[in-house]
Amino acid sequence: MITLGHMLGLSAVLFALSVAGIFINRKNLLLLLMCVELLLLAANFNFVAFSRYLGQIDGQVFVFFILTVAAAESAIGLAILVVLFRERSSINVEELNKLSG
Amino acid sequence: MNPTLLLWIPLLPLIAAVLAGLFGKLIGRTGAAAVTIAGVAASCVLACVVMKQLLIDGVPSFNGAVYQWLVSDGINMQIGFLVDRLTALMMVVVTFVSLCVHVYTMGYMHDDPGYQRFFSYISLFTFSMLMLVMSNNFLQLFFGWEAVGVVSYLLIGFWYTRPSAIFANMKAFLVNRVGDFGFLLGIAGVLYFTGSLDYEVAFKAAPQIAGESLTLFPGHAWSALTVICICLFIGAMGKSAQVPLHVWLPDSMEGPTPISALIHAATMVTAGIFMVARMSPLFEYSDVALSFVLVIGATTALFMGFLGVINNDIKRVVAYSTLSQLGYMTVALGASAYSVAIFHLMTHAFFKALLFLAAGAVIVAMHHEQDMRKMGGLRKRMPVTYWTSLIGALALIGTPFFSGFYSKDALIEAVHESQRPGAGYAWFCVLAGVFFTALYTFRMIFMTFHGKSRLDHHAEEHFHDVHWDMKAPLVALAIPSLLIGYLAIGPLLFGDFFGTAIVVQEKNDVVAEIGHEFHGPISFAMHALMTPPFWLALAGVLAAWFFVLKRPDLAALAQLRFNWLYRLLVNKYYFDWFNENVIARASRLLGSALWRGGDRALIDGVLIDGSAHGIGRLAGVMRRMQSGFLYSYAFWMIVGLVLLLGWFLLGL
Repeated sequence: MITLGHMLGLSAVLFALSVAGIFINRKNLLLLLMCVELLLLAANFNFVAFSRYLGQIDGQVFVFFILTVAAAESAIGLAILVVLFRERSSINVEELNKLSG
Repeated sequence: MNPTLLLWIPLLPLIAAVLAGLFGKLIGRTGAAAVTIAGVAASCVLACVVMKQLLIDGVPSFNGAVYQWLVSDGINMQIGFLVDRLTALMMVVVTFVSLCVHVYTMGYMHDDPGYQRFFSYISLFTFSMLMLVMSNNFLQLFFGWEAVGVVSYLLIGFWYTRPSAIFANMKAFLVNRVGDFGFLLGIAGVLYFTGSLDYEVAFKAAPQIAGESLTLFPGHAWSALTVICICLFIGAMGKSAQVPLHVWLPDSMEGPTPISALIHAATMVTAGIFMVARMSPLFEYSDVALSFVLVIGATTALFMGFLGVINNDIKRVVAYSTLSQLGYMTVALGASAYSVAIFHLMTHAFFKALLFLAAGAVIVAMHHEQDMRKMGGLRKRMPVTYWTSLIGALALIGTPFFSGFYSKDALIEAVHESQRPGAGYAWFCVLAGVFFTALYTFRMIFMTFHGKSRLDHHAEEHFHDVHWDMKAPLVALAIPSLLIGYLAIGPLLFGDFFGTAIVVQEKNDVVAEIGHEFHGPISFAMHALMTPPFWLALAGVLAAWFFVLKRPDLAALAQLRFNWLYRLLVNKYYFDWFNENVIARASRLLGSALWRGGDRALIDGVLIDGSAHGIGRLAGVMRRMQSGFLYSYAFWMIVGLVLLLGWFLLGL
């Protein structure tokens, strides 16, 4: 029998993986974007799990919204990535320190 | 007495000084000399008029303010004059000697480029000294005290291109600062206990201050009056060059000779003596302070006399003689014989100025050679200088009937009568001093004027006797050196000359004790033939004759035999060495320690540079946190989130 605990555990594992991916990954900006997607999916998983557990549909509605936002976000992110690649001929994260003071 | 008349006495030399100093180019050399001599001559005449009014017309002494400067917190600061017979005597002495020196300067400074400046300075000095002696309050006394110090500084360094002169005037100024600090503390003490700077108030309050006590160190309460008097006397020690603050006076001989005569022998250095005599109503109530004065004076009188014996510079011999004589005056003060001290001050002013001016004449004639070993046999070539300086020398060693005899013999008698602690030591010192005074004085006379000529080629070539503008002051000073003692001893010491100006308590009145045996100046001199001072002086003259003229080889032998003593004397008891190597070096070390440790390390290093560096370093660390890498921002965001959540959930 699959309980709420299992689902939340899976979601936490996904979340932790994506966080680790964000700051352990030092090479590829594309991977960074994918990790962000994974992060959002982990959150979605929680929504779905609780929606089922509580027997309410509201959580699943939220998931649709989040998916939409995530799609939009990755579209913009990829666009920025393309521009960045044109600008610097690289998507290496280690070289992107323009923000430093 | 008319205050306007009194006001003109110091103002005339001041006006002359301003004219000669600021408009020296305009009025020229002759103009500057004329205006300053006229100023000081008029002032001298007016001082004599004041003296006559007080002595003959019986006008009461004047005590009053002429100008109110300011009132602050009930303390009245004003310019005022106290003119009694003590002041009048000082005024006459100061203006008369100053006049002689002014006239003499015309010849001495004849070819000096700083002619007008010199005249301006000595007139300014006369003004300052008159303000000092005429003052009726401590503030004006202090003004005069400092003003004469400044003029002395300017004149010692008159030839300011010579490094030795600059060194000497700095030294004089610094040593005097030490004394002045004590003096200022003394004045502050008077102000603290009486609330007034006026002499009259302070003198009236003396018995009451004597009852008060001050605790300087915990557990040691002092009589307040003793503290005040000793502080005031420390000022006098600086100005009147008493051990251990005497070191500046021999070096002050770097100045032109007229200055040595006027400032560093006759007038300014006696300011300390005058001040203590003027403060006699205060000092009389403190036996401890007077004992201190006595011991310091006796030490100066004897030990500075020794130094005169081994010196070969004609001016320095006279300078050490001045130190020794100032010690004599101080001894008289310490024995409560204030009138004797003032009497000796007056006679000394005449004969010592005479000796200095004579030495100056010799120096000019020798074309600025001061070493006595290169003189000799000048008696025939400079007769006027010889005879006048012989009078000065005889007066100095205390030959009966000469002025110095009366003052010095009365002084020795007074010390002998004194019962104060330290009087025995002082009596020994002044007696032994008589022998050494005679020894060094006649050593100087014999080396300079007698024997074979030891002039070198240069001096022989340029030798010329001085003109009458330099001889006339010598004669003018020789007359009082000869006569003033005979004339003045009766009224000054045993008459009622000083009246209430000098206060002596009955139990201390040693002068009255001598007065019982005084039967006129002639019998006083006759009596002296049977007392030790006369024979000691004679022995001194004979010793000088023997070692200088008869057997000069013996003097050289003694110098070899007593080499350690000779070295001690040549090095002036190592006072200069001590001051330079201990006091000056310690101050410099302390100064550089404070500079390095306090200023550079603490203030600059820690507070100013330290705070700047600290912020810079902090900024360096903070800056490195702004790496610009997205992942690190994200990491810190998560760290923050975890901390926040942890705090929120666990309630830490």
